[in-house]
Amino acid sequence: MEDLELLAQMLGGDEKAFTELVARYNSTLIRVARYYVGSDASAEDVAQETWIAVIRGVSSFEGRSTFKTWLFHILVNRARSVGSREHRMIAVDPNESSGLAPSRFDQGGMWREPPVPFTDVIENGMVNQRIVQLVREAISLLPEPQQAVVTLRDVEGLSTKEVADLLELSEANARVILHRGRTRVRADVESKMKERET
Amino acid sequence: MMLSSPDLMCREAVELMSDYLEGSLSRRDRRRLEKHLAGCPLCTSYLEQMRLTIAASGSVTPADLEPEVLDDLVELFHRYRESPDDT
Repeated sequence: MEDLELLAQMLGGDEKAFTELVARYNSTLIRVARYYVGSDASAEDVAQETWIAVIRGVSSFEGRSTFKTWLFHILVNRARSVGSREHRMIAVDPNESSGLAPSRFDQGGMWREPPVPFTDVIENGMVNQRIVQLVREAISLLPEPQQAVVTLRDVEGLSTKEVADLLELSEANARVILHRGRTRVRADVESKMKERET
Repeated sequence: MMLSSPDLMCREAVELMSDYLEGSLSRRDRRRLEKHLAGCPLCTSYLEQMRLTIAASGSVTPADLEPEVLDDLVELFHRYRESPDDT
């Protein structure tokens, strides 16, 4: 069922519609909140406050964005103010490693240790659950900025511009963080594939 | 491995792939990358893995909620619906 249908049912007092929305988005809310606040507990509190704002303010959703973009904006506003109360510095280290070891290349810049093939990951033209599970684990291990950007862009399907606007990053910066996160996720999946082969 | 282009190395090519998939490379870089890919099966395989990784990310479903978290939220749902001005 579409988010907006669930929202309408929730407005009518339907608890199940509310819990379905929570099931869809709570883990993303916590992940994105974690970019701004200093602990998992604090991120969970921010997610809970966001749901309270949704329950109390659903009538203010005017349909100018999708439900999820609206929801993520509420979350980010709250997370940002909690983060600033915690005096948390949001670190986006431009020198942060991208997850692909330089030793993979020779001095001339060509592959010394080539990519390990991803085998048995496609079924009926779709990625199978095995790789989805590996990717899910790999995303959860990313540093917070990469985790927030990869989750919003690749898991939730927001555009890079929407992600950049939401997190108050330049688009160029969002793309760099996205690149690093994707590189690291791919490398993590690759190392699991390698373990299986040996 | 022999490359068809001396001006982009594999190490540089992998750095462009996320932007390539985003469609945000400059025309010049896109051409350089495509030229490199045409002569480099290893980078082509890397690019395909990036595509698979992104496709798999799009299929990640939310983690199951802990029952206590859900119970708390359901309680809040009823409390705030009944008295929306309660803080």
